[in-house]
Amino acid sequence: MALLRTTELTKRFDGLVANNAIDLEVPEGSLFAVIGPNGAGKTTFFSMVSGFLSSTSGSIEFNGRDITRVPQHEIAAMGLVRTFQLVQLFKGMSVAENVEVGCHLATRGGVAASLFRPAWFRKQEREVRERAHELLEFVGLSAQADLDAELLPYGQQRLLEVARAMAAKPKLLLLDEPAAGLNTQETEGLAHIIQKINAQGTTVLLIEHDVALVTRIAHRIAVLDFGRKIAEGTPDEIKAHPEVIAAYLGVEEASNA
Amino acid sequence: MTSPAITSAKPAKFASRFDRFQVGLLGLAALAVAGTLVYGGYLLTVMQLAMIYGVFCIGLNFFMGYTGQASFGQNAFACIGGYGSAILCVQYGWEPILALVASMAIAGVFALIIGYPTLRLRGHYLAMATFSLGLITYDITIQWTAVTQGYMGYAGIPPLGIGSFTIDSERWKLVALALLLGFGFWLSLRMRDSRFGRGLRAISGSENGAAALGVRVPRFKLIAFIIAALYASAAGSLFAHTVGFISPEVYGPQMAVMTFTMLFVGGVGTIVGPIIGAVVTSLLQEVVRGSGHFQDIAYAVVLLATLIYAPKGLSALGALFRRKKEA
Repeated sequence: MALLRTTELTKRFDGLVANNAIDLEVPEGSLFAVIGPNGAGKTTFFSMVSGFLSSTSGSIEFNGRDITRVPQHEIAAMGLVRTFQLVQLFKGMSVAENVEVGCHLATRGGVAASLFRPAWFRKQEREVRERAHELLEFVGLSAQADLDAELLPYGQQRLLEVARAMAAKPKLLLLDEPAAGLNTQETEGLAHIIQKINAQGTTVLLIEHDVALVTRIAHRIAVLDFGRKIAEGTPDEIKAHPEVIAAYLGVEEASNA
Repeated sequence: MTSPAITSAKPAKFASRFDRFQVGLLGLAALAVAGTLVYGGYLLTVMQLAMIYGVFCIGLNFFMGYTGQASFGQNAFACIGGYGSAILCVQYGWEPILALVASMAIAGVFALIIGYPTLRLRGHYLAMATFSLGLITYDITIQWTAVTQGYMGYAGIPPLGIGSFTIDSERWKLVALALLLGFGFWLSLRMRDSRFGRGLRAISGSENGAAALGVRVPRFKLIAFIIAALYASAAGSLFAHTVGFISPEVYGPQMAVMTFTMLFVGGVGTIVGPIIGAVVTSLLQEVVRGSGHFQDIAYAVVLLATLIYAPKGLSALGALFRRKKEA
């Protein structure tokens, strides 16, 4: 069953067609990747799916429900959680607190609950702290839990963002170029964590620039170029696809192929 | 010390939490209050006002500090509180406590109505809109003489108390205000260290990030605005009941500037910043008053020095010591 399905999803910025009628089906439980050269429209696609940007036309369906016009916080509440290409950490909060904010959707209670602190609320706060601790352990940041999040090195900030997103218990995790700016070793660690997340039952949709990483870990890959989907298939199929080679290596090689 | 500081397995302890340095500052503030009680005299009035401004700043800190939004117009809500208390007590003979609570409710409703459209603005635009809110309120208090008595203001506002028991002595007024400030502070702590408070602080860290995790950003901003208004209104009422006289200037734009200064001196977004800023700034004004002509200049110099050398305010200076120790 498709957890996420986009139909003819299109986004125009004035004259520029950033996404042109993109059809995509992300099966439940899969580790799906969208790749493409710079400016291919990957992030635009992502932003529309997560409700960050409204689409010009076409539709998005998540978990059997049409979410094309649903506001972002509701989409997140349904279990579709994204990370950002430029890390969006909560400055002025500790590493652990960042993950605790991630538990927002999975918890309840507002001002009144915080003032009166009924038993269920205290229990929930304890669970939030435990969950944050577990997730930090999961991504290997438990030693830095009390540190100001801003002080983390870049690679660890990326891991923190993933841990934070996982705290929301997503059905579908959208990762926007999580390996951007990471060195080989860090990328390796991240790939391992993404695979673990997927193996534990979370569907992952990954946007990535790093083709080597994607072809190694993804089950299925879609390729965007100039706002269009030019190919979709298994990593092996994609590697052999003439249009993909053309998009990445230039047109002349493709005409020879 | 050679062991790296980050390996501690104890629960969170870092700059934005309630560290020992901040507890120490609170202790100093309490000492200042105690000293004033012993010393008496004019200093009593100074510290009374410091406590009142402290209440105001705790609320302001929710909106400006934790949520990271600019407001230069919270004095409007202090104005509602002050005039609410004055009118209800003087014209209608209400109990001061009831008048205070009723005025808070009115201020809260106004904050809801004003905040809903205004908080769509961001950054400078929000700052301008809130500033004009303060100015408009100031003008209303001057012009709407039928209700506010214009420049004449209200005199004879009764002091706080319950039933026949009223707090008349200046010393006891200070004690009561300090206790109320403590209560307001305690409430703010509870709100801060919760799901709600984390949501607010996430917004100031990254609005996009918070929204992506399901925090309803507009609603949270509005609630923070209302909380700030409730504290401001309480402070406005307390002023009226403490001093016994109010006029438009009390709640004018100068109040916005003053509380803004206090919050930044104490440390915007820190836990004890609002209280420390209110006490330090109030005392500072009295200290520089002695320097005669150079009073304003001395005041400005001290403030500039704070902003340049302690941009996160006095409450964040603890982190400085910590870093030195770890190095």
